[in-house]
Amino acid sequence: MSVARFWRHLPQRYNMVGTKCEKCGRHFFPPRTFCPDCRRAGKIVEHKFVGSGTVVTYTVIHTAAEQYAMLTPYVLAIVKLDEGPQITTQIVCRPDQAKIGMKVKSVFRKIATDGESGIIHYGTKFVPVE
Amino acid sequence: MRDVAVIGIGCTKFGEKWESSFRDIFVEAGALALEDAQLSGEKIDAMYVGNMSAGRFIGQEHIGALIADYAGMATRHIPSTRVEAACASGGLAFRQAVIAVASGMEDIVVAAGVEKMTDVESDESTDTLTGAADREWEGFMGATFPGLYAMIAQDYIHKYHMTREQLAQVAVKNHYNGARNPIAQFQNEITLDTVMKSTMVADPLRLFDCSPVTDGAAAVIVAPFERGREFTDTPIKVLASAQASDTIALHDRRDISTLDASVAAGQRAFKMAHLTQKDIDMVEVHDCFSIAEICAIEDLGFCRKGEAGKFTADGETALGGKIPVNTSGGLKACGHPVGATGIKQVCEIVQQLRGTAGKRQIDGAKIGMTHNVGGTGATVAVHILGRV
Repeated sequence: MSVARFWRHLPQRYNMVGTKCEKCGRHFFPPRTFCPDCRRAGKIVEHKFVGSGTVVTYTVIHTAAEQYAMLTPYVLAIVKLDEGPQITTQIVCRPDQAKIGMKVKSVFRKIATDGESGIIHYGTKFVPVE
Repeated sequence: MRDVAVIGIGCTKFGEKWESSFRDIFVEAGALALEDAQLSGEKIDAMYVGNMSAGRFIGQEHIGALIADYAGMATRHIPSTRVEAACASGGLAFRQAVIAVASGMEDIVVAAGVEKMTDVESDESTDTLTGAADREWEGFMGATFPGLYAMIAQDYIHKYHMTREQLAQVAVKNHYNGARNPIAQFQNEITLDTVMKSTMVADPLRLFDCSPVTDGAAAVIVAPFERGREFTDTPIKVLASAQASDTIALHDRRDISTLDASVAAGQRAFKMAHLTQKDIDMVEVHDCFSIAEICAIEDLGFCRKGEAGKFTADGETALGGKIPVNTSGGLKACGHPVGATGIKQVCEIVQQLRGTAGKRQIDGAKIGMTHNVGGTGATVAVHILGRV
């Protein structure tokens, strides 16, 4: 991923800054600038997510794309954030620990590397809440 | 709106075609379709070509013009349009051709699909296919296509308690059908053991739950139904053409293991054709992964939610079952050249309706359906075809 393409999403990837619609109260992560429910009548403002949620479904990836190959096997999941939206993320845990309904919280982690000398992408993963 | 008929079909053999180029395969498919319709190229008014990613797979864009040129149409200057909706590109190209004829704008139109996937390494093809999902918020987080469908499978198994063996039966059945299809990439039967002992790709999906990387092209020719018999004794009528969209990311769906776009496109198609599930003799569904076929037969209404595993294990989707699914071998065994798949599905149903499907023929087939999915269900195209 190019530097500019990654850099413009730093607030979202590092700090889970999304948006919400003040008219209907619906939260968006990743951020949307247009509320699908209220449409043009909606009013979108920034919202920083608390970073806790629940695992909706998951898988253990054994065969990954090149940039992620050093992580295998890793747990990929859809997490429902406490504020409502669902996101795709990785859970930092042993593959046999992962289960549907597990409570998780966000952590700052390395996501991928562009080859040996390329830029390192950081972002948000999740860990089980004890 | 005019009624539309399919008057010709052509399909290359699917597989790893190291010896053939992108141009070779679409010319081959187009020539087969013209020959089948006993038509000369001068009669063609327009072309629509389904192709997901020639830009990434062979570094070539502007596919519409390229295909018209190598099909010998450049000096006739016919309109030629590329259609892209990831793995549903072929289904949408067919729909565009049907709309062009139905509207009265064009008469004889080619709908083709082509993908040349083996000119890049498997890492690159995996990454290219990830572009059918949300690159920024799924792909970046380490999601792969098998990974996304594995999360659908995990959700489905959690809710409906399907067994791993029932899921594997989808692949066993599709290989059985593929072994009876001369164009299929894999023409070998497999056992439950083959699936259950294959390499784990993304838990619970194993290698034999996944469709392969394939080169191939397919083409069909459509015309006004009233002119159909000028070209063939068995014009196949397009009874319905439907398309639906949904969120690009799987995580934004109402229900992870229901493809709402399949439900919507299916309902629209049945309504348009004034038919119900009972009227369909066989269906080609988008089994990019075994779990995708399970969801498809439920989302299209051929069995109740949560019951497709048992339905499949009981043989109801096999040749001779209640509703034969993927008589071609499906994406799993026939192969999945992404842009060509939607057109190949139409070719298979037309063969069934003509009664020329050989060892996989469904006796007395009158009405068939195709179901083509882009991504994890962000685009779905459904068509119903009939012999009238």
